[in-house]
Amino acid sequence: MSLLTDLINLNLSDHTEKIIAEYIWIGGSGLDVRSKARTLPGPVSDPSEIPNWNYDGSSTGQAPGKDSEVILYPQAIFKDPFRRGDNILVMCDCYTPAGDPIPTNKRYNAAKIFNHPDVVAEEPWYGIEQEYTLLQKDVKWPLGWPVGGFPGPQGPYYCSAGADKSFGRDVVDAHYKASLYAGINISGINGEVMPGQWEFQVGPSVGISASDQVWVARYILERITEIAGVVLSFDPKPIQGDWNGAGAHTNYSTKSMRENGGYEVIKKAIEKLGLRHNEHITSYGEGNERRLTGRHETADINTFSWGVANRGASVRVGRETEKNGKGYFEDRRPASNMDPYTVTSMIADTTILWKPT
Amino acid sequence: MSLLQNLASLDLSETTEKIIAEYIWIGGSGMDLRSKARTLSGPVSDPSQLPKWNYDGSSTGQASGDDSEVILYPRAIFRDPFRRGNNILVMCDAYTPAGDPIPTNKRFKAEKIFSQPDVAAEEPWYGIEQEYTLLQKDVKWPLGWPIGGFPGPQGPYYCAAGADKAFGREIVDSHYKACLYAGINISGINGEVMPGQWEFQVGPAVGISAGDELWVARYILERITEAADVVLTFDPKPIQGDWNGAGAHTNYSTKSMRSDGGIDVIIKAIEKLRLRHKEHIAAYGEGNERRLTGHHETADINNFSWGVANRGASIRIGRDTEKAGKGYFEDRRPASNMDPYVVTSMIAETTITWKP
Repeated sequence: MSLLTDLINLNLSDHTEKIIAEYIWIGGSGLDVRSKARTLPGPVSDPSEIPNWNYDGSSTGQAPGKDSEVILYPQAIFKDPFRRGDNILVMCDCYTPAGDPIPTNKRYNAAKIFNHPDVVAEEPWYGIEQEYTLLQKDVKWPLGWPVGGFPGPQGPYYCSAGADKSFGRDVVDAHYKASLYAGINISGINGEVMPGQWEFQVGPSVGISASDQVWVARYILERITEIAGVVLSFDPKPIQGDWNGAGAHTNYSTKSMRENGGYEVIKKAIEKLGLRHNEHITSYGEGNERRLTGRHETADINTFSWGVANRGASVRVGRETEKNGKGYFEDRRPASNMDPYTVTSMIADTTILWKPT
Repeated sequence: MSLLQNLASLDLSETTEKIIAEYIWIGGSGMDLRSKARTLSGPVSDPSQLPKWNYDGSSTGQASGDDSEVILYPRAIFRDPFRRGNNILVMCDAYTPAGDPIPTNKRFKAEKIFSQPDVAAEEPWYGIEQEYTLLQKDVKWPLGWPIGGFPGPQGPYYCAAGADKAFGREIVDSHYKACLYAGINISGINGEVMPGQWEFQVGPAVGISAGDELWVARYILERITEAADVVLTFDPKPIQGDWNGAGAHTNYSTKSMRSDGGIDVIIKAIEKLRLRHKEHIAAYGEGNERRLTGHHETADINNFSWGVANRGASIRIGRDTEKAGKGYFEDRRPASNMDPYVVTSMIAETTITWKP
């Protein structure tokens, strides 16, 4: 295999100007990430220098066979941690040949919200805590769990080390460095309460870039788990019973919230979120009702609540924000399988643009 | 194993001027690639600087034992991604000692077609989408498939990542860089609809070079799968049932098609292809009838059809060609095991020189 490793690691820049661009898009389920690569004549530094492309939408549930082309518009570039050199990853969104966003393209509406002058002026920042579970490949049972049985109850696993407590750290650590290499604003990682479950955080990132970065971080994670021979799951409640689910807590602040007197702005924003709780919940990920039970550090899905340092509430405000009178808050409702374009833009829309009637 | 790897990776240019040239040719089945290496006294940059060679044709079904020599004529040079340094791969075609192309030498006739003034003036470009399937070594069942069973149905695998969806990416990615290193005009790769199936594209390449580049890319792929201990197949329908086949869709344009008003030239060319559908199909790969069923993104083998963005047609025109009024079209009929010398030259001949 080391012949293959040599070839994969070849630094082509000694022999050619050409680079490889891996175009990434979201498929028909709204959660499946797809990609394919093409050769470009030379290095690029901006999405505007990269051509549109197309793919077979009939193979991803996004177009019929008779009219199968879906067009890819490059939106963000990252360095490719697998091919390295001048090679790149390109996050794209999807359009019909006529130029309309296809139904599964959630980025389009998010970009419109983030381009609204009122939203731009508020410079919304996001820090997204992406939880996920690693599963053994052929049995789809969590990594490290005995097949046909269960590990000891939750307690010892959160942030721990040890062969009997921490399963899959090589995936997590490789992902951390790969994401930093790629230029993603990954701010940290930790082992989670349920064994085999982990979390990484992306942010603080402004507006639409938060979501571009989360999607590419998810893609890099899926490539790494592929190499490691384990299966990645974003299911919000992978194991029923006394086991934590997986969320994508979304930390949020606007310019006003970060300035003196910001705590009042935060409280008003939280109140608006409370008035639109049902609308948000329907967009916060499929299967979330299995996770938001009111137990296991969640709030019940039917009830909106908030509190300082309260992990059992829908929205949590940190002690430091309370003390400083300004800062940010955490929406704990989104599931691990949420679409960040939808969630981040909806939070901005509700808290900045929406007016209660 | 790393002692062997160290030796195989030795950079000889510090110790000697000599280089190694790997001569590659197509064997008696028309699909089996063969090669052997020789030492040359110094670096070369053009096929004309390379000597002819010969091989034992009785061992490849191309000559009889009592008159076994087949002569290799060097045709195209590429950098050797395995030996690196100044070492080269040499694509050759095969002749009798008297200087006649042997029957399996399809390049000879293709070269004559591409050299015709009408054809040369039209600068025919080709982009070939080579699909292939990776098989587990001893059981010949696709890579990643459970032995004695099947994976979940098609849907999740096309362009996907993940240990449960993408099987063999390290082969595909090492092949991509190896071909770029070699100087092959490889334009992209993607995971295919059937799990364990992949595609790479070569082009746009002009005239005969499309065939040369595709054959050397196939050789490099077979060398890489050898190192990875998986088996490469170009069978056009490796698994019966609700599983996609493997093709070699051939994208094509001429100078006239790429110029303003080209869409009319394209439509006339497609009409000529329709009139010669049976002749083309007969030359588009063995076993294609198992693949061209009208299902799984193919057109039925007996019918000729074309359409814009239509993956169920024999010929597809892309939406951007339709919009620009010029461009290229895609012949979706060739099977993965087609001979690119035959297919590319036949398309040029039918569309440029043939008169109904």
